[in-house]
Amino acid sequence: MGARETILNAVTANKPALIDLPDIDISVSVRYQDVVGKFTSMVDAAGGKAFYQHSTDTVRKDITREDLPENFVINLLDQPDSRDWASLRAADLSTLDTCYLQAQLGVAENGAMWVSEAQMSNRLLPFICQHLVIVVNSSNIVNNMHEAYQKINTLSDGFGVFIAGPSKTADIEQNLVIGAHGARTLRVYLIDDKIFNET
Amino acid sequence: MNSKSHSEAAQNFIEDEPRTDWHDETLWMVRSKRDKAVKVLPEWEILREWASGIKDHTLSNLDHYLTSFEKNAVANGIKIHWASSAEEHNEIIFKIIADNDVKKIVKSKSMLTEECHLNEYLQRKGINILDTDLGEYIVQLRQEAPSHIVLPAIHLKRQDVSETFHEHLNTEQGNYDPQYLAGAARNHLRERFIEADLAITGVNFAIAESGSFVVCTNEGNADMGAHSANIHIACMGIEKLIPKTAHLGVFLRLLARSATGQPITTYSSHFNKPRQGQQVHVVIVDNGRSRQLGRPDFKNSLKCIRCAACFNTCPVYRRSGGHSYHSTVAGPIGSILNPNLDMKANADLPFASTLCGSCTNVCPVKIDIHSQLWKWRQVVVANGYVEKSKKIGMYGMAWVLSNAVVYRIAGKVGRWAINTFPFVVNNKLNIWYKQREMPDAPVKSFRDWFKEQQ
Repeated sequence: MGARETILNAVTANKPALIDLPDIDISVSVRYQDVVGKFTSMVDAAGGKAFYQHSTDTVRKDITREDLPENFVINLLDQPDSRDWASLRAADLSTLDTCYLQAQLGVAENGAMWVSEAQMSNRLLPFICQHLVIVVNSSNIVNNMHEAYQKINTLSDGFGVFIAGPSKTADIEQNLVIGAHGARTLRVYLIDDKIFNET
Repeated sequence: MNSKSHSEAAQNFIEDEPRTDWHDETLWMVRSKRDKAVKVLPEWEILREWASGIKDHTLSNLDHYLTSFEKNAVANGIKIHWASSAEEHNEIIFKIIADNDVKKIVKSKSMLTEECHLNEYLQRKGINILDTDLGEYIVQLRQEAPSHIVLPAIHLKRQDVSETFHEHLNTEQGNYDPQYLAGAARNHLRERFIEADLAITGVNFAIAESGSFVVCTNEGNADMGAHSANIHIACMGIEKLIPKTAHLGVFLRLLARSATGQPITTYSSHFNKPRQGQQVHVVIVDNGRSRQLGRPDFKNSLKCIRCAACFNTCPVYRRSGGHSYHSTVAGPIGSILNPNLDMKANADLPFASTLCGSCTNVCPVKIDIHSQLWKWRQVVVANGYVEKSKKIGMYGMAWVLSNAVVYRIAGKVGRWAINTFPFVVNNKLNIWYKQREMPDAPVKSFRDWFKEQQ
């Protein structure tokens, strides 16, 4: 008998009587009056820097300013991007300075953003870049993780990730150091895409 | 395995008093951060109920969830391996390494691979694994074991790290700046990630309905390895399963808040399918877990999500250090998991507790840790794994405490002896006198005092 059968037989023999799943009513979960304000404060608390903008103009200006010949910048905001980022390997991306990408949504309670594989083109990009810039629309900020999982389809792609802040560690005497193995900085542009009928 | 018992090893640990105090206070600070992060959520207790209920349900139908996870993961292009024991786990990984002619291996934090002593096993075969979590990297360079499952180098001071890095990474001698030291490790490990052939990670949650798994880190090391290397091996115990993706909402809200007081880890990575040209292997390990599932008093310990909140709050852990537990998983949860792995070798661990119950109160999945510690003590004694002196002492005490006349006489004699000849108790033969001042004995018992008041 192989390990698989040995394990499964032991589990079947030893498992307790069936216990039902609890009823999960996510409406009891925390909600915020100002979800956008809460989200930006949580991005900052996680070591990132959030900017609330009325359009993508500032982001475009940043890209124009930073995308110089001496900088390695990848801009994934303007899809479709003709270049084939997916086939690039770690060695090709080791000098990547800045990566711009769009997140599907942001979570107010913790400042996390969901980025699927389609949005990052190459799974390494959000991690191997020195500086990560994420754009997210203010209408896509949800209160908490339960709402986030209702809105995203984690299985749409082969990979997806919640990102909250730049990489960090406190492994030396519990001193917070920003910039562990992933990106060293995170800027978040929160774009106001709500339509106001001002009279 | 360390041959010293918890109390003997703890005695060494507390010899350096300022360091012991620092260890105690630093972990208490982490516990306080947890409290702050928890108190902003009015639904915290409901979340704990849900998490506990989801895990109870999963364990009660674990064979079903294991096979549906397998079926869905295989459909996603993931290769599943089963290992009954630590040895089988190590052999499976060695075979993947050998079959693919792998040279360079990076590993992110996985307490399961520590439990299986994978590094030592592969080292004997001439294969080196590089631990990439900063804390694990530090202890690996020092040839030590992690002393905490979330904060592996919490027993070390910045001076220790600086000396270690000076020796191995040629950093500036006497530079104790954490930013500088972490930066040196980042630069060195970046190159190792880029050239890696194979990445090993743990698994925080495996989702039965989708065949996906989630890995949580703050450093980004799991992702740097998994997305760089051509082969990714993820190692998980059978208890890591949850039924549905939506349940991640519950567990991700609990995990980091309980562990470090963060509302979520920096990265919560959801692995569904291998990328183009990549191999993804998942090794599902039993190693005693199915046996624990069959122990009604102890099966709940399998609900653990390895947040280590019980370590940080434990007055004994904070003042004895992780290495005193001579096991991969230290602290209160380790003290109820390890006797299942080897009852004789870990017979001392259920006694490394005051039974104050703080562990149970902070546990995000509501494991009754302190009750299990108390129950393990009885199992360990029934199996004859405690020292004779402890056994005789306990029987003696039980006899005195259950016999009113004997109890009164013993009290009287004790009070008289302590007050008349203090050296009877204040001497080295009395283990209670070690590291303690004995209190003065009261002149009369509570019973005598109460009688006088009537």
